[in-house]
Amino acid sequence: MKPAAFTYHRAHDVREAVELLTELGDEAKILAGGQSLAPMMNFRLARPSALVDITRVPGLDYLRHDADGLRIGALTTHRAVETAGVPDGFRVLPRAARWVGHYPIRCRGTFGGSIAHGDPTSEWCLLAVLLEAGIVLRGPRGRREVPATEFFHGFFATAAEPDEMIVEIRFPGAAPRAALTEFAQRQGDFAVVAAAVSLTIEDGVCSAARLVLGGVDPQPAVVDADQALVGRSANETTWRAAGELAAESIDPPSDGHGSGAYRKRLAATLVSRAFTEAATS
Amino acid sequence: MKDVHLISLSVNGNEHELVVESRRTLADMLRHDLGYTGTHLGCEHGICGACTILLDDQPVRACLVFGVQADGCEVRTVEGLADGDQLSDLQQAFSDRHGLQCGFCTPGFLMLAEAYLSEADSSADPESVREAMASNLCRCTGYQGIVEAVCDVARSRHPAGST
Repeated sequence: MKPAAFTYHRAHDVREAVELLTELGDEAKILAGGQSLAPMMNFRLARPSALVDITRVPGLDYLRHDADGLRIGALTTHRAVETAGVPDGFRVLPRAARWVGHYPIRCRGTFGGSIAHGDPTSEWCLLAVLLEAGIVLRGPRGRREVPATEFFHGFFATAAEPDEMIVEIRFPGAAPRAALTEFAQRQGDFAVVAAAVSLTIEDGVCSAARLVLGGVDPQPAVVDADQALVGRSANETTWRAAGELAAESIDPPSDGHGSGAYRKRLAATLVSRAFTEAATS
Repeated sequence: MKDVHLISLSVNGNEHELVVESRRTLADMLRHDLGYTGTHLGCEHGICGACTILLDDQPVRACLVFGVQADGCEVRTVEGLADGDQLSDLQQAFSDRHGLQCGFCTPGFLMLAEAYLSEADSSADPESVREAMASNLCRCTGYQGIVEAVCDVARSRHPAGST
């Protein structure tokens, strides 16, 4: 329950962080809030040879709204997102924050850290995929933006190169009708299944919808339930049908937290609940 | 060769300077290097919350922060709550409400509650208190006394109308 030895390096700006990552090689890891990395190191599931501590890099803690959407700095804590005033179309973010760990975890853990960690049940990973966010990275080859839909490659695996650092997550478009809900055995635990949805409703009819599930695949799973949704009345019957269709179209794994069949039933219920919440948000 | 760093920090207002190995957690550093053994260690992976302290006024699990990261920071631990033999209002409330039995988890709960109570929107609503206290584990009391104690202090520190 103690971490293996590593060398500690404190970066004072993004350039220094990238230089350190380049110099220290593939076995180095970025340390942000450490709320996932430190437990993995204590368990020795992770044994990085070096840590680059970016917690003191200034200027990466912000929520900014401009013509390109809502920009969240990588070092913005979950708690800051939870308590921040955001434009109406992005209220799903503070609402979802209450599902992220517990209060002290939210005070220390960061938005960029969650995205970099890439847990397939992470609320921020699901919402980044749902709202088609861009993940902004800085590395020795410069700055690039990777669509969240292409960023997550499997359990804890992402498109970020070992010498790249996430600096910002950009949510390009408002999603006024969006919701995230989930189920865990205890409050604050990782979700067994999580559902994130967004909706467009015109004249009482669902004209577009998007659905992402967590806990059913090694990465956030985009599920096409348009057949049960688009062109249908925006009501409970439709949301339940969408839940059933989503459950039929997934093949979730079985583990200590629940069987595949149990996860399918959870998905049906949570998808229906999420659409109900989104429709009324 | 060990990777060590010279750091300085303040713990409950006392200045300390020490050499610490990178892999040393803040919890172990407080306990073993600085003698603040009031901070207890349960699970050592961020689940139980027994090691909760305040780092620059933020509640953190000291097992998930490395000691070297506290360089230049202000730490508050359970030892800083009482004034000599005089318990703080929160400690007294825990005693009055039977918010502890064996006492192992108590330092973590006290510091967690201190953080909660220092927030501008901390309310005496038992549901809000329960949600915040859900962060930590107690295997004796069943939480009711803890929630009541924190609610009492929320009411006395934030008189009606200000919360």
